[in-house]
Amino acid sequence: MSEAEEKPRVKISCQNVWKIFGTDPQNALNLIKEDMTKDEVLEQTGHVIAVRDVSFDVNEGEVFVIMGLSGSGKSTIVRCLNRLIEPTKGQILIDGADLAAMNEKELRMARRHKISMVFQHFALLPHRSIIDNVAYGLEVQGIDKAQRRKRASEVINMVGLKGWENSYPHELSGGMQQRVGLARALSVDPEILLMDEAFSALDPLIRRQMQDEFLSLISEVRKTIIFITHDLGEALKMGERIAIMKDGKIVQIGSPEEIVVEPADEYVTEFVRDVPRSKVVSVRNIMKEPAVTLYSWQGPKVALYEMRQNNAQYAFILDPGRRLRGVITADEARQAMKEGVIRLSKVVKGNALQIGPDQPIEEVIPLAAATDNPVAVIDADERLIGEVPRTELLLGMAGEETNNGTKQ
Amino acid sequence: MARNSKPPNGFVQRLNRRPALRWLFWLGVVSIILLLGWLFNSYRGDFYPPLDADSPWSLAFWVGEVVDWLVFQLDPLFDAIKWFTQTVLNGLEEFLLWLPWWSVLVLIMLPAWRLASIRVAIFTGAAIYFIGMLGLWELCMATLALIATAVLISVALGVPTGILSAHSDRIDNIVRPVLDVMQTMPAFVYLIPALMFFGIGTVPGVMATVIFAVPPAVRLTNLGIRQVPKDLVEAAHTFGSTDLQLLFKVQLPLALPSIMAGINQTIMLSLSMVVLAAMIAAGGLGREVIMALGQVDVGRGFVAGVAIVLVAMILDRVTQTLGRKKRGARTF
Repeated sequence: MSEAEEKPRVKISCQNVWKIFGTDPQNALNLIKEDMTKDEVLEQTGHVIAVRDVSFDVNEGEVFVIMGLSGSGKSTIVRCLNRLIEPTKGQILIDGADLAAMNEKELRMARRHKISMVFQHFALLPHRSIIDNVAYGLEVQGIDKAQRRKRASEVINMVGLKGWENSYPHELSGGMQQRVGLARALSVDPEILLMDEAFSALDPLIRRQMQDEFLSLISEVRKTIIFITHDLGEALKMGERIAIMKDGKIVQIGSPEEIVVEPADEYVTEFVRDVPRSKVVSVRNIMKEPAVTLYSWQGPKVALYEMRQNNAQYAFILDPGRRLRGVITADEARQAMKEGVIRLSKVVKGNALQIGPDQPIEEVIPLAAATDNPVAVIDADERLIGEVPRTELLLGMAGEETNNGTKQ
Repeated sequence: MARNSKPPNGFVQRLNRRPALRWLFWLGVVSIILLLGWLFNSYRGDFYPPLDADSPWSLAFWVGEVVDWLVFQLDPLFDAIKWFTQTVLNGLEEFLLWLPWWSVLVLIMLPAWRLASIRVAIFTGAAIYFIGMLGLWELCMATLALIATAVLISVALGVPTGILSAHSDRIDNIVRPVLDVMQTMPAFVYLIPALMFFGIGTVPGVMATVIFAVPPAVRLTNLGIRQVPKDLVEAAHTFGSTDLQLLFKVQLPLALPSIMAGINQTIMLSLSMVVLAAMIAAGGLGREVIMALGQVDVGRGFVAGVAIVLVAMILDRVTQTLGRKKRGARTF
């Protein structure tokens, strides 16, 4: 959510992509009317709509999650991105180049160097050792054996499988096999990584571990990632942005938080109903305008007046750059007035608990519980941009609608 | 081609999707059969015409004409095939006979031991020794040479055909019925044209054997490649494999057990043609059986028969395991 300094470059752009399975997709395309459902289309034309007018842009270096239940078209759309499936209609641009316009050879080059894929059921070659599986992508590029094995063992180290180079896939557990799948995809150093339900076939415990390792791995090797999943929890965890698909259509695209806080329709609402909001909703969504802010050169008398006016028990004290200097309570202000202090800067002792606007509520709650100080929200330049009253924190956790206008 | 996962769009698939077209096709086939029946009726429409192969109205007459024409037109081609086959066959046979008997024994026992087990190897040795002691050594080597030649040709034709059938539903739809005909047509029937094309001797025997033995090689290669899991093919495409890379690095290695099973079948079927091939003067153990038949010599026939059974058992035991003994056993 933090506004990037420069506008991110669009890496993949899907524009009105359709995929229809059947004998005569083009003809079916003309017959399909706007308001026809998938079942109606099947009944009337005998064709199956897998992907229906899907458009989205993925920025360079982004993790873009496509989430949907089985049959929602998510696996089809991801296969359109490397033309394992040819779209019926629409454009897919990769770095501005039209994928559909590529000839056999150009497509092969794109697949070899630009786009890699990790499969749900690993799709390892059972007759090859781990190292030769990992080196497969390099092998088809024609890289000689010594070199490709060197690179392959580097990547094997990277995914934590050192020592398994000469084993065979069936000797490895599911989690380890998927590490091989990941290593194979990374070995060619692609710019784009397509993860087709990559962790869905794993046990929950292993899955969580793989997710964490994957996240830390991709923070090192920054790649554009399309992540397909049917698991909302996984989508919220992995995605910088999430597209939710239903019946071949995208029903909503947004950040995890947007999806949870502002579901676009009933379908998404139903989906996110059981999501613990505190996990995804960030402080930004529940923070308020600070009730009382004072500058450090002002005096305790003003402070007391302001607090009384706003019915507040404390005030935030800022420097000329609106950076947070500290907090003063009403009692402290009264005390200072008695002592005849002129400037607040002299009396500020306590400070607020400082949190960032993008931290999820879940992270903040234990911090807030550990102290009695007010909770201040500050941006990257230490400027005060809001506060979180304790009641809001609790309400936010409970999932009440509390955001009112502080969103940017 | 199977490059992209389009829905199968072969002729049959399209027919199946359009019921009207399917009925039309069926109607076409039936009317062609009826038309041919009427056309080749020697008595113009009478049912129960006499079976007269010489009548210019008979089907037999026309097939004969076509084969005659082919024999005449394609003579150089058949000569070349004949020369090639004869050379391979003779070379093999002479080589096997030139080798001292114990080295042949070792040559067969060694792979039996490596591919199957020590027990199979010892059985193999004993069986071959037995055949030699009965005085059937030379005949047995001739039979082995004949089978080896037929199997070589069958594999050389069958495996590539199977690969093509696996990659194209259209080819598959053409090949499948042809294979059915090859397997169901009585072998005697194509012995006759084989005789006409290649003259008398072992070569037509080899050819007839090939016709009989090639179908399983085609079918099981096709099956093996089609059974390669879809996501493995996808994975190969994903990394930018060419079609040949896909074939040699993924499809063939994974189809190997199936292909080997096909070759095993091919070998066994070739062996079952040994006696039949001898009817057109192919040599080996088969001729011994035919001679015994002519002389009503039970003993002679039995001995040759036992030898054939032993050879069959050896070849089966040794080649059965070909596909299974690969490294990195299959996980699915």
